[in-house]
Amino acid sequence: MNLEELKKLKEKAQRQVALREGSKKYRVVVSMGTSGIAAGAREVMKSMLDEIEKRGLEDVEVRVTGEVGLEDVEPVVRVEEAGGEKTTYAHLDAEKAKKIVAEHLEQGKKVENLAVGKEKKPE
Amino acid sequence: MIRAHILVCAGAGCISCGGHALKDVLATELKKRGLDEEIKIVETGCMGPCDLGPVMLVHPEGTFYQRVTALEVPRLVEEHFIKGRLYTKLLPKDDVTANVVTTQRDFSFFAKQEKIVLENCGLIDSENIEEYIARDGYAALGKVLTSMKPEQVIAEIKASGLRGRGGAGFPTGVKWELMAKAPVTPKYVICNADEGDPGAFMNRAVLEGDPHRVLEGMAIGAYAMGANRGFIYIRAEYPLAIKRLNIAIAQAYKHGLLGKNLFDTGYDFDIEIRIGAGAFVCGEETALMRSIEGRRGQPMPRPPFPAQRGLWGKPTNINNVETWATIKPIILKGAKWYASFGTEKSKGTKVFALAGKIRNTGLAEVPYGTTLREIIFGIGGGIPKDKKFKAVQTGGPSGGVIPAQHLDERVDYESLQKLGSIMGSGGMVVMDEDSCMVDVARFFMDFCCDESCGKCPPCRVGTRQMLNLLDRICTGEAELADIEKLESLATVVRDASLCGLGQTAPNPVLTTLRYFRDEYLAHVVEKRCPARVCRELLEFRINEETCVGCSLCARACPVHTIFKRDGQKKYYIVEDACIQCGACFDACRFDSVLKTSDGMNARSVAPAALETSSTRATKPVMEK
Repeated sequence: MNLEELKKLKEKAQRQVALREGSKKYRVVVSMGTSGIAAGAREVMKSMLDEIEKRGLEDVEVRVTGEVGLEDVEPVVRVEEAGGEKTTYAHLDAEKAKKIVAEHLEQGKKVENLAVGKEKKPE
Repeated sequence: MIRAHILVCAGAGCISCGGHALKDVLATELKKRGLDEEIKIVETGCMGPCDLGPVMLVHPEGTFYQRVTALEVPRLVEEHFIKGRLYTKLLPKDDVTANVVTTQRDFSFFAKQEKIVLENCGLIDSENIEEYIARDGYAALGKVLTSMKPEQVIAEIKASGLRGRGGAGFPTGVKWELMAKAPVTPKYVICNADEGDPGAFMNRAVLEGDPHRVLEGMAIGAYAMGANRGFIYIRAEYPLAIKRLNIAIAQAYKHGLLGKNLFDTGYDFDIEIRIGAGAFVCGEETALMRSIEGRRGQPMPRPPFPAQRGLWGKPTNINNVETWATIKPIILKGAKWYASFGTEKSKGTKVFALAGKIRNTGLAEVPYGTTLREIIFGIGGGIPKDKKFKAVQTGGPSGGVIPAQHLDERVDYESLQKLGSIMGSGGMVVMDEDSCMVDVARFFMDFCCDESCGKCPPCRVGTRQMLNLLDRICTGEAELADIEKLESLATVVRDASLCGLGQTAPNPVLTTLRYFRDEYLAHVVEKRCPARVCRELLEFRINEETCVGCSLCARACPVHTIFKRDGQKKYYIVEDACIQCGACFDACRFDSVLKTSDGMNARSVAPAALETSSTRATKPVMEK
């Protein structure tokens, strides 16, 4: 092996362990309370995971959380930008979730028609 | 997409309490719940807090779960991975801040450490070379081979101030330079993984958790010193470390990171493993080399030093596992960066194995200059059951005990030496008020006597005679003159032994005599053991006021000397027949068995004792 090959292997391998270190640009938080699960939050999350993988997005992490207090508009997903805005999307389904991945996570454009309310930017 | 990684600790500590089983159960549960495609399980090396095992860490959140048993797994998976809630039942409690810890970095045990050698331990899958490469693995070797001359490598190591982590603390760069200058070829490098100190397991953790780091360090050293062959001498008691080393070596060969023509530079380096049979003396470098050669592991006089005449008479360099493991970060981040940690004379960090009477048993890496108090109380969480700290033994059987008044001493090679102990390989055995210092000295002397190879009389005979004297003290047969004899013998053994084993064997005795002479005197003059440990000096009585007559003690007594008084519910012990085994003391659930060591005087005047013996004379009640 030479230096060039080592570098290539490192880049490939880093993708395997990237999840364990540092924070990502986007954090997707899926609400997985009872009402979220009942409304199909798992399908929404699965479809997002598949889409993220399909598009090869590296700078995204997906977490699940408990009830977020928006039971009547579940499934709810919050997209948090590191040091930036938090956007909450509601009434999602698998297709809408894909759209969020394609537009918000890949291109950085908020999907306005799916977003509810707006959280304040941190000071 | 994988959304979470579960890092399950697969260090020897966690495996011994069910780490492997945990991984299997987790895998089954995740599959059952259809989560196996979004969550990945990784087995890592030791994470450090062995006492809390089996432990696991969940990323990206960094949630740390302790004592995860197979039974808890279904609930844990449901709560954490399906519902996205913390499974609070298994979150550890921080002994220092008294908070429940939700993430690893909030845990004092981790927060106060500086991980350089252990940077990958507990973070990567040690059986997967790619995860090591992802963490800059083998980049240092590549850098050295393609852009540095051997002299530059040695200069870098010298500038870093790195000192041998095996115990003696000889400057590594100087050692390498001596070897590099030797005109004879071939030359060899050896990794000393014959970690044998009771209570020490730093090297094991590094080899199990990050074996490639050691291989890389050895390859860099070998290049700097002009060697093409390396050996890892490891004890057979570390089967898991051997297994993972073998896997690592095979992977490194497969990727062309060991073997011929490394990094297309024409440099060849091969590593072989040699398994030791577990003799403590084989950790001594000359004995170790003889053992590698296939001969009986006995030390040889130095000089000639191994750098001149070592393995098969050729120049040889021996370094400890931890020393080799430190090379990579020094090369990658620079000597200046490394030297910014530590004290003036001891640079960098040291891994300590915390054991004994301490809450967080496990591994901790701190910069030199950290105080003992910070290590034991800040990271170790202090003494369990609110007992009082008495002393800490550093450096294993070659080291000494350090009492409470020196807790604020900053730990480095010189400061420990000044206190009569040594740094050693980094074992720290903590003792509380229930530890008898004479018994501790006796334990370590017993170990050294047993492990003495027998080549030189000062060690072979001296340790045996010292052990005999300590035995006499512990059983109350000693006289005052015996303490003097012990002291003078200790000096002889220290000064006249051939190798480090004998030269350092008296250290525990000398330090306990220095700091705890009163305990020796109590044993010898008053025939009592203040910590109530030495069996022959104990008396057991039953407090008849609190005895409920449950008979647990009588049933536990192996020599049937505990009886019920006629017509009463209370029990008593026939003291003359008692063998002081303590079985009744352990059995009693009402704290009614009294363990005392009042010595000769108290024994002869204690009214309770008199009363009991008169009762015994008149009423020997046998109970069937």
